[in-house]
Amino acid sequence: MLAFILRRLAGTVLVLLTVSVFVFGFVRLLPGDPARLVAGPDATAEDVAAVRAEMGLEGSIWRQYAHYLSQTLRGDFGRSAKTRQPVVAEIGARFMPTLWLTLIAMGWSTLFGLAVGVLSGVKRGRWQDQTAMVLAVSGVSFPSFWLGLLLIDLFSVRLGWLPTGGDESWRSFVLPSITLGAGVAAVLARFTRSAFVDVAAEDYVRTARAKGVPERGVIWKHALRNALIPVVTMIGLEFGFLLGGSIVVETVFAWPGLGRLLIDSVSFRDYPVIQAEILLFSTEFVLINLVVDVLYAVVNPEIRLR
Amino acid sequence: MPLPTSSAPPGKYPSVSIGPAPLLEVRGLSVMFGSGLDSVRAVRALDLDVRSGETVAIVGESGSGKSVTSLSITRLIDHAGGRIVSGRIGFTDRDGHLHDLATETPEAMRRLRGPELAMVFQEPMTSLNPVLRVGEQIAEAVMLHQNVGRDSAMAEAKRMLERVRIPEAARQLTRYPFQLSGGMRQRVMIAIALSCRPRFLIADEPTTALDVTVQAQVLRLMASLQRELGMGLMFITHDMGVVAEIADRVVVMRNGEKVEEGVAERIFDAPEHPYTQTLLAAVPALGSLAAQNLPIPFEVPNAPKPRPQDTVRGAPVLEVRDLVTRFDVRRGLFGRLVGRIHAVEHVSFDLRPGETLAVVGESGCGKSTTGRSIIRLEQPQNGTIHLAGRDVTRLDGTTEKVLHRAVQYVFQDPFASLDPRLTVGFSIAEPIRAHRLLTGAAVEQRVQALLEQVGLSARHAGRYPHELSGGQRQRVCIARALASEPRVIIADEAVAALDVSIRAQVVNLMMDLQARLGVAYLFISHDMAVVERIAHRVAVMYLGQIVEIGPRQAVMGDPHHAYTRRLLQAVPVPDPRRRWREQEVDDTEVPSPLRAIGDLPRLEPLVEVGPDHFVARHRVGGLY
Repeated sequence: MLAFILRRLAGTVLVLLTVSVFVFGFVRLLPGDPARLVAGPDATAEDVAAVRAEMGLEGSIWRQYAHYLSQTLRGDFGRSAKTRQPVVAEIGARFMPTLWLTLIAMGWSTLFGLAVGVLSGVKRGRWQDQTAMVLAVSGVSFPSFWLGLLLIDLFSVRLGWLPTGGDESWRSFVLPSITLGAGVAAVLARFTRSAFVDVAAEDYVRTARAKGVPERGVIWKHALRNALIPVVTMIGLEFGFLLGGSIVVETVFAWPGLGRLLIDSVSFRDYPVIQAEILLFSTEFVLINLVVDVLYAVVNPEIRLR
Repeated sequence: MPLPTSSAPPGKYPSVSIGPAPLLEVRGLSVMFGSGLDSVRAVRALDLDVRSGETVAIVGESGSGKSVTSLSITRLIDHAGGRIVSGRIGFTDRDGHLHDLATETPEAMRRLRGPELAMVFQEPMTSLNPVLRVGEQIAEAVMLHQNVGRDSAMAEAKRMLERVRIPEAARQLTRYPFQLSGGMRQRVMIAIALSCRPRFLIADEPTTALDVTVQAQVLRLMASLQRELGMGLMFITHDMGVVAEIADRVVVMRNGEKVEEGVAERIFDAPEHPYTQTLLAAVPALGSLAAQNLPIPFEVPNAPKPRPQDTVRGAPVLEVRDLVTRFDVRRGLFGRLVGRIHAVEHVSFDLRPGETLAVVGESGCGKSTTGRSIIRLEQPQNGTIHLAGRDVTRLDGTTEKVLHRAVQYVFQDPFASLDPRLTVGFSIAEPIRAHRLLTGAAVEQRVQALLEQVGLSARHAGRYPHELSGGQRQRVCIARALASEPRVIIADEAVAALDVSIRAQVVNLMMDLQARLGVAYLFISHDMAVVERIAHRVAVMYLGQIVEIGPRQAVMGDPHHAYTRRLLQAVPVPDPRRRWREQEVDDTEVPSPLRAIGDLPRLEPLVEVGPDHFVARHRVGGLY
């Protein structure tokens, strides 16, 4: 098990190095002089040279990469071209709101999605299943900005129960997390259902019944744990997507998160911020994948012990 | 299910069972699948009795309703999409209460399953929960029905494992199913089934997926446990050899109906129903060709007596020398090489035109890898392969074409080896097009001719695989193999998945094609009785090596290697008077072909012990 985790970690480092090469190359492949772009059209030659030095664009390509890598490892991503604040501070301020929103949205949608999926699988073909699956298809296909606007209209404007945006109190989390999690819950419900239906047809489920295991035990002990094996992967993927910050939901609810930071930095061509964000998203994904692999081994002894 | 519960006269069922009344009494049972116009009656008006201490075999081919019957008795049919539409299933429990299992509530059925009714299923690979430890799976059944705590349930699980003769029972408790061999898993299944001392056990093809020697072990084990516990045993099988081995009475089923019933000896001596006669005629009895040195096709009722297969002609078409295929096993942080599976170890043989060389042995002995290495589905590390005198060991553009045209493969599973989205005609035409043998309309004509050659008709060309039966599909696979006019066909367990009567037909077809086309077969099989019918020569493989090779009559009639003898002894004989029930159970497992780096298996040269009959005189894994 330890060897398994260490091997995966080694792979993770390799992936991150590759990503760093892409991120590093991204600025250098831009047409024109990125230093001039960042410094602005009115900058003097000295200003541009100063910016170039700050961005690490001097010397041979190898020296530049070595410089970039050592800066990155020390957590120094330079300064934002727009605000002149350190990039780390910019991203740090936006990271926690996105993380909290993601955790809450993932939390409820995972519980809800799994429960609905299992219920549908157990009551396959009956009204509970059909209702749940109609809802799930709606959840997947309903655009999140529209759901967000409807929720604001009902709960904030008409009823006045919840704020329309911002992240001041726990009440601000309710609407964005519902909007963000709806799609995830729908995907997970459908996925869990199909995994559950597959597992329910397995021979070992029949064996459990032949032993006289009560139906509850058949479902929770024998079927669900096997059905969860593919679902775990799905949860990890969804979590990774949400951690990148949802541009749509954060915009609709004026949420000060990474999604909006990304939009802002792209429209301002704030390259240092864009670079750091790409690296952050990749790291998040790779780490989540690592966690998923470990969880996978936990639920599936065949992977753990091989 | 609220339909009439009984078609039998009232008064035939005493409310309390005393003395010799049957444990299980099925009357007029009918079971249906689906609903409305699509509904299918899988079992119709079945009557059946099983007494305590008695073994009743239910015999039939696919679709006979034998498994549906067993699932109906335990009512697991409720979860399989079927429903009991009429009839009653009388069952007397240990307190003497009579139940009608056809109408019991699900909760009452659940309480009966385990302590009263237990089941062992066909597939030990998939019938155990992959994420739960073996001990947990046995203890669960004990805790459910015996009102004991976890610790004593575990202790009982260990006793059960010892009882089904699993070595090192304490250690096995903590292992997962994937860490056990097929035979071990089936013993665990039996341990689960017997853990609550059931009064009635249903075993649904429990040994079909196992090797012969393991099958022999499991059958003997079940017979002895049954006597110990005095259970009623219902044994479902398609294999008449197994029936002869274990059954007191036999019920023959076809298309959901009972066609014949009787004491085992009577069924085998004087089968009354024509279907039972056909079934028995199709059963290859080992030793039936002992006096004959050539293979002979199966006899077909109302057809002329088949002639011996005198088809071997000329110089070898395939010469294999010193073939070695090993698979690396890597483990740990850096994928360190920790061992090798020695699948094929210095295998040499010749195959002549018109000859059938059977390669026999048990799972993992390397017989399939040998076949796959010849056509390079696996990459051998050593050895030479000559095809009609031409060296095809090194594959370049030309030799690859020559090899792949001249050597064709037929796989075990006719369901999985045809593309479900291509018509049969397209699949057969593929080798013709790939080797550019014909073009245009000539391809269609050739496909039609091939279909007719394998006993199908030209109109089958437009069908999809799912529209055909298993036997028809395997005929299509043979037609596809013949399409490139090969000199050699490697048939890898090609008839193993087929019903007995279909198996006999396909074997006869292969022999007929050999007589007409002079094709040579490398017939890879674990079924010694079929091998006796089809093979001119036999090679016995054990742990990757050929331990005995020679003319079929010599190897099977006068086996020299201990493993060959063990293999032959394990084959069930379809004669209830010759059962080996009383013999000692041999629990040895075949050792693993996985060896440490540098630990090479010992090789001994094959020594000639008779004309063209060679034996390796060495100890292999404790055997000689």
